Amino acid sequence: MGSDPPAIEILEAWKSYEGASFVLKGISLRVAAGEFLALVGTSGSGKTTLLKLVNRLVEPTKGRVLVGGQDVGEGDATALRRRIGYVFQGVGLFPHMTVAENTGITLSLLGWDKAAIQRRVAELLELVRLPLDIATRLPATLSGGQSQRVGVARALAASPKIMLMVEPFGAVDPITRDALSSDYRALHDGLRLTTVLVTHDVMEAVLLADRIAVLDSGRIVEEGTPQSLLAAPREAYVKELMAMPRRQAERVRALSAEVRS
Amino acid sequence: MSLDPRVTEAWARLPEYLSAHVALSLSALLLGFGLSLPLAVMSIGSPRLRGLLLGAASVIQTIPSLALLALFYPLLLALSALTKAAFGAQFSALGFLPSLLALALYSMLPILRNTVTGLIGVDAAVKEAALGVGMTARQSLARVELPLALPVIMAGLRTASVWVIGTATLSTPVGQTSLGNYIFTGLQTQNWVFVVFGCVAAALLALAVDQLLALLERLLTKRERVKALAAGAAGLVLLVLAGGLGEWTRSGAGYVVGAKGFPEQYVLAALLSQRLEAAGLSATTRSNLGSAVIFNALISGDIDAYVDYSGTIWTNTMHRSDAPKRDALTREMSDWLGENYRVKVLGTLGFENAYVLAMRRDRAAALGIRSVEDLAASAPKLAVGGDYEIFSRPEWRSLRAAYGLAFREERQMQPTFMYQAVVDGSVDVITAFSSDGEIAKYDLMTLADPKGAIPPYDAVLLVSPKRSEDARLIAALTPLVGRIPIERMRDANLLVSGGANQAPPEDAARRLWQVIATTPP
Repeated sequence: MGSDPPAIEILEAWKSYEGASFVLKGISLRVAAGEFLALVGTSGSGKTTLLKLVNRLVEPTKGRVLVGGQDVGEGDATALRRRIGYVFQGVGLFPHMTVAENTGITLSLLGWDKAAIQRRVAELLELVRLPLDIATRLPATLSGGQSQRVGVARALAASPKIMLMVEPFGAVDPITRDALSSDYRALHDGLRLTTVLVTHDVMEAVLLADRIAVLDSGRIVEEGTPQSLLAAPREAYVKELMAMPRRQAERVRALSAEVRS
Repeated sequence: MSLDPRVTEAWARLPEYLSAHVALSLSALLLGFGLSLPLAVMSIGSPRLRGLLLGAASVIQTIPSLALLALFYPLLLALSALTKAAFGAQFSALGFLPSLLALALYSMLPILRNTVTGLIGVDAAVKEAALGVGMTARQSLARVELPLALPVIMAGLRTASVWVIGTATLSTPVGQTSLGNYIFTGLQTQNWVFVVFGCVAAALLALAVDQLLALLERLLTKRERVKALAAGAAGLVLLVLAGGLGEWTRSGAGYVVGAKGFPEQYVLAALLSQRLEAAGLSATTRSNLGSAVIFNALISGDIDAYVDYSGTIWTNTMHRSDAPKRDALTREMSDWLGENYRVKVLGTLGFENAYVLAMRRDRAAALGIRSVEDLAASAPKLAVGGDYEIFSRPEWRSLRAAYGLAFREERQMQPTFMYQAVVDGSVDVITAFSSDGEIAKYDLMTLADPKGAIPPYDAVLLVSPKRSEDARLIAALTPLVGRIPIERMRDANLLVSGGANQAPPEDAARRLWQVIATTPP
């Protein structure tokens, strides 16, 4: 990573909605190219708002947001969003479009011709491990896991460098969830993506991310690698937050030991 | 098996009425939809605008449709006068335009409401996804929100289409030909075949358009855009063809004869048209025009000639409440019309169609009534029936004032039903029309007006300012002046007003002319 400009840089961002109290209170954050960053915190901590600053679904009240060294406020929001993948809870597949049309939507907005879109869609479905014959189906006929995969494929369509994800693996069963998240991590590494993941599941953050930023009441209270946060959390809130995956892991280890003996 | 001649007659008029009806409803729907859709879209972001729009549309809906249609006529007349003053060009405020505007407004509520409901109902996650994948607000609307709201929007459009096609039948009195012509004419002449025919035709048309829209919606949601376009285009072409048919058959019509909405007027309009045609001039009639509409239509040149009644002009147009002698009134009226509106009065036809109080002969004898003067004493115990306008007309006020009349009850009804009502005793007295054939048919007693409270109502032939110097028209119509005595008019009226031997107005007019032509002046 070295001296390259950070993929994402947020400088002193403040946000309040119509004069209400601030949901972001002067947050600064750097995400290096290729990094997998998880934002964790309770609901209302500001993590989703912070993420949406990056693709301008939210505009900061004060402060600056840079993507690839460029101030996003100076460019066109629509063009920016076409360069950034976005996956969120509830997926938001367009119910009146087939899987193929959903997956290729950004490409069609970018003016690709039909044949090129068709080729790219086939590629993408393979990438997210979906069978090609799913392409003509409508979202209502898909399982939860399949919908999430289509959501990821749609976000990856225009080969973005940056992926923003909000609880992308929620609302599916644990086995599917595990498969989805490990498959995604492989994509992240293989495609050299920069990923920012919002989750309230600390375990997921610990297992997937290179670095974790913990938010509370509109501020980043602590950030670091999963290892360092697990080993030596400074803040009481973070200590409490990290205790849970640890306890769970210890309990599982104890149980496995019992089974072996 | 021979078909009822009234059915044959109804079929013969179908192309003209149906095509006009289709052209009108379709244009109104297109205009209503074209206005509502962008307004609804704009209002999505602004609850205040939304409230205002839906409120306004609801208020329009509460205005009775007949009144809404009628109100547009004077409004457009004023506007037309304004454009004439400003640009030297005026447009016809009669018929199509007021009907179009009123119906378009009428169609807006369901389209607005459903579009707003449909757009607001689109899942927030889907809207966020649309932004997230890089759609502009316009692309999100076109590619995601409108397609998802389509079923709800189409449901609104279908409701509007049924309303508009039904309500378009009420555009007849403002001079727009429609399937309503069957209904209005049928009601006036007790031609129930016409009434039923008009209702059934309008209902079938509404059903057909509803089904066409349903088909369109199915194809659109199945995303068979090509087929949807083809179906839509085919339907539109068909409807426009149906609409155009009538326009073509009417094209080249030089002169337009107007008629108000009752049998005598139908006969006279037919007679005038036949005289013009006999003189080699092409002519059409515009029937069922409202009393207030027809005079304005003459002045603005939308119609070229019609028959009115001196007393009506005297009270309604000149706003006079005195009742001078017959000749003096006619003379003063003619001068006034010429000076103020350049309307040419060709002359009186020779009969009078006055308001006259009539009773059953036995009932009058039992109460000892021979004149309106005698009636005053018994009036507080009696019910009087009249047409829709009489009780608010100045003649009624002066009649009441002159004789001190005060009835127990005043009941308004369709003039056609008035005679039946007095015969079966539902009312004791009616404000009959002196030239109606029913007076003789039911042997009713007409009450004398010794104080002359009601002005004379001589039938007068009026020619529009535009045609006031038209020698050919004047030559064609002048032979009618003074040649229609009351008995002949009554016979003709009775002929078209229901009953077993009912004839269409054109036949009655032809027979009337035969009598005129073969009788020495």
